[in-house]
Amino acid sequence: MTAEALYKLFWFMLEASGMTVKIFFFTLLFGLPLGLLVAVGRMSKFALIREPIKLYLLIMRGTPLILQLMFFCYAPYYIVGSTMSRVSAAILAFTLNYAAYFCEIYRSGIESIPAGQREAATILGFTKAQTFFKIILPQVIKRVLPPMGNEFMVLVKDTALANVIGVAELYQMATKNMSRSASILPLIMAGVFYLIMNAIVSKAFGCAEKRLDYYS
Amino acid sequence: MSIVSIRNVEKRFGKLEVLKDISLEVADGEIISVIGSSGSGKSTLLRCLTRLETVNGGTIVIDGDTMVETTDGKPVYAKEAVLKQIRLKTGLVFQNFNLFPHYTVLRNITEAPIHVAGQSREEATAEARRLLKKLGLEDKEDAYPCQLSGGQSQRVSIARALALKPKILFFDEPTSALDPELTGEVLRVIRSLTDLHMTMVIVTHEMAFAREISDRIIFMDQGVIVEDGTPEEVFGSENPRTREFLGNYNQSSI
Repeated sequence: MTAEALYKLFWFMLEASGMTVKIFFFTLLFGLPLGLLVAVGRMSKFALIREPIKLYLLIMRGTPLILQLMFFCYAPYYIVGSTMSRVSAAILAFTLNYAAYFCEIYRSGIESIPAGQREAATILGFTKAQTFFKIILPQVIKRVLPPMGNEFMVLVKDTALANVIGVAELYQMATKNMSRSASILPLIMAGVFYLIMNAIVSKAFGCAEKRLDYYS
Repeated sequence: MSIVSIRNVEKRFGKLEVLKDISLEVADGEIISVIGSSGSGKSTLLRCLTRLETVNGGTIVIDGDTMVETTDGKPVYAKEAVLKQIRLKTGLVFQNFNLFPHYTVLRNITEAPIHVAGQSREEATAEARRLLKKLGLEDKEDAYPCQLSGGQSQRVSIARALALKPKILFFDEPTSALDPELTGEVLRVIRSLTDLHMTMVIVTHEMAFAREISDRIIFMDQGVIVEDGTPEEVFGSENPRTREFLGNYNQSSI
């Protein structure tokens, strides 16, 4: 491969990474708040809220993500007769799937906060919302950083699954390019790109943990 | 006039009766110690008075506001507005402090006055600094709870409770998590509060302290009040259960 071809390939793959990054960020943008909402519902004392959420968690965590991607891509056509864009379907599937995992991470964090914190806040007269957002959530965020870091890194790699519904992300572009150019190089380059993205994610979490190191 | 009035209060955890028909009047400005062995119901009584637990029966009136009233065997709690008003008049100091670890000492104290009582930040900060000074912690306002000793933590938690200017302050075994030296430090602070003429109800295992500081001592055993009298009356009681409990104390103090 000539230097020029390599240069071209690099820009081509960088562009394909854009889609990977887009799926990653939109999944987090929607999935992180949704996961928190689901976690609060999962801990509700009302069975009417709690039980459907448990079913959702079972389905999302109990079936393959690749199958969910196919489902959200094709089901709208069979059910309402229209389709959404493939990228939207991918982001929807990733969001609903990852929110389920985020929910359980949040829940473990929330339940690990000593009951005394909530009691002290209650005694001081904080409302339930104030207690949650001022006292509980900041401590939860510190505690869930390590498992969240895991999940973020898995998400970076999982975006490759979007290729099954024809989303032009990094993995798909790499395999296409591989067969076109009869070279293993695109695959290796994709691997390096994923690695760089996750190195950034890992570093970011390291920094975040350090920033919250001021209390224990 | 009673500032706390408890009548026929009952509390069960499942089948276990923790409080059996408790009645108690606390006069304004009175300092009461509640003593008794573990599991006698004294902490549960404080938790019912501060609404961390709901009662199964009885009436609680705090400073003229009825918190809960029982009619036809069903306890009915007051409206949220009344409960909030009661909340602002009472404070509770916990055994294990329960400071907020992510806030500095100063913010632990000012957060509720600002966001619950609606004070301005300047006002709340000035009051917090005054309290820290009174409790000998003026150099700790920027520290985080993890940087404090147990005694300092408990003093901050007392400052946090005082910042809301409660009429009644409850203490739930404030020194039980502390070693003897730190216990002395916290007891000195509580003693120094007596000149604020605030009503205080202190659940404690520190017998000498209870005897010295209290206007009245309540001895609880198995969910009932066995003794209710001046320190002299309780410590000189002929009741066999009281003698047994205090006997252990008298022996250990020899």
